[in-house]
Amino acid sequence: MGENRAILTGVHFWDGDYACAEGAIAAGCRFFAGYPITPSTEIAERIAQRFPLVGGTFIQMEDELASMAAVLGAAWAGTKAMTVTSGPGFSLMQENIGLGAMTETPCVVVDVQRGGPSTGLPTLTGQQDMMQARWGSHGDYEIIALSPSSPQECFDLTITCFDLSEKYRVPVLFMMDECVGHMTERVVVPEAERVKPVSRRWYRGPKNAYRPFKPDPDGVPPMVRAGQDYRIHITGLTHDERGYPVINAECQHWCVTRLVNKIRDNAEKIVMLDEYQVEDAEVLVVAYGISARVAFRAIEEARSRGIRAGMLRLITVWPFPERRVRELAAQVKAMVMPEINLGQVYLELERVVAGRCRTRHVPHCGGWVHDPKDIFEAIMECTR
Amino acid sequence: MQEIKLSGFGGQGIIMMGMILGKAATLYDNKYATLTQSFGPEARGGACSAQLIISETRILYPYLTAPDILVAMSQEAYEKFEPTLKDGGVLILEQNLVKPHNHEGRVREFAIPATRIAESLGNRMFANMVMLGFVCAVTGIVPKEALIKAVKDTLPARVLEKNLTALEQGYQQGMAQLEQKR
Repeated sequence: MGENRAILTGVHFWDGDYACAEGAIAAGCRFFAGYPITPSTEIAERIAQRFPLVGGTFIQMEDELASMAAVLGAAWAGTKAMTVTSGPGFSLMQENIGLGAMTETPCVVVDVQRGGPSTGLPTLTGQQDMMQARWGSHGDYEIIALSPSSPQECFDLTITCFDLSEKYRVPVLFMMDECVGHMTERVVVPEAERVKPVSRRWYRGPKNAYRPFKPDPDGVPPMVRAGQDYRIHITGLTHDERGYPVINAECQHWCVTRLVNKIRDNAEKIVMLDEYQVEDAEVLVVAYGISARVAFRAIEEARSRGIRAGMLRLITVWPFPERRVRELAAQVKAMVMPEINLGQVYLELERVVAGRCRTRHVPHCGGWVHDPKDIFEAIMECTR
Repeated sequence: MQEIKLSGFGGQGIIMMGMILGKAATLYDNKYATLTQSFGPEARGGACSAQLIISETRILYPYLTAPDILVAMSQEAYEKFEPTLKDGGVLILEQNLVKPHNHEGRVREFAIPATRIAESLGNRMFANMVMLGFVCAVTGIVPKEALIKAVKDTLPARVLEKNLTALEQGYQQGMAQLEQKR
């Protein structure tokens, strides 16, 4: 296993679930609390095997509510913390994800999506939790959500998720799907010194001057470790910069607009996109996760018939890449969006495109990926 | 680019075969490989298949269109997947578990009693290794050395020797059959 047991430098043949677990360890995650659920269990298993070698703490909790609560507590104790789940568990975590957003707690929640609603299709794929990722907890807040299309990205982007959660002090949601989770491919893990995860922004001023919710100029407040002799109060109630509950409209305005704006104002820095044959495209497929991989076949087919098709792959789904989508909407004839649901992120695409070009959804109810022919036909239809 | 479908029932080590072939191609033959799998919720007995693509270049679309190589280790898998095999493709059967129809020269057919050979080595669990060696010989999909390396870093040391013997027996049978067909 080599000198550095946290970072398994080299070339591997891993599935997405394994790669995600290794990405978390490489990012410095040392606390995991979760409750097993298909198709995410392999991540938990891998972490349970690996954590003893790197000094991490793994707890199998009684359920997903407790798992998410433990993750928030661990983050405030000073560790990088994560949990993994799938649809039904993701629902149970929503209340505490909201608490994480309100208390600005850095952590990562992985949802390996399967078909829903409810127990749905435990072993089969879906992309039906995308709007739940955006709006799953009550109240106004902004969240960050990424979606990987390969095991390599499961490794790389898990590190990115931790980085973003530390940078913006927000729970980051990693929206995998069963197909990518159980797909095995080459995963290259770089040398340990080339992995440079973002560390927590620790407060360094005098003890009595610390305000847990007083933001730095970029809108994000620094943190301290619980039990480090700071007198702090952390609550889900609307609070002032000391963290004390203040139940009025003025404080609500200050507290909640800041939670929202620290993400909105930095959206351009957060957004990651992958553009494929976009320069000359007349029809653009907009896709994420496994659907992007499937759409490549349709794009190749369209190109072979002289149709200039390309892809805008959303690595960051939330915040939605509004500026770039608007720009491209003015350039192309149409945007086609396949996703394994009956219309979720597509609604956001439609809103942002706002009639600048045609938009066409290619729905799929879950259980399997699209037939590339369906995406191809949607592309062709848009050229007519 | 080569598309390979490995099929049988749960417990035969079908997914493990895909894993080892993919590893051999990716780690020891400098190629790209994508492995996807489908299996039922049951641990043993259900229909089980692994889909593998091996390519010189990056694989975008990760699923099979029509396999170039089909390995069938159960009648059910054979019946289900044989029609998807490309014309001129390679069909590889577990001789005692699959009774093939007449393919009339549509595909190249090979068969090996992998389970029987594994039993003669002491455990039918080695059947997948016999089959892997056989597949390697008759298709040349990965070099034998790469396959051996992949087996070595996949299986625990205490079971390695028997598994490598099984692999070698399958390989030798494959080479012999190729020789006969020439």
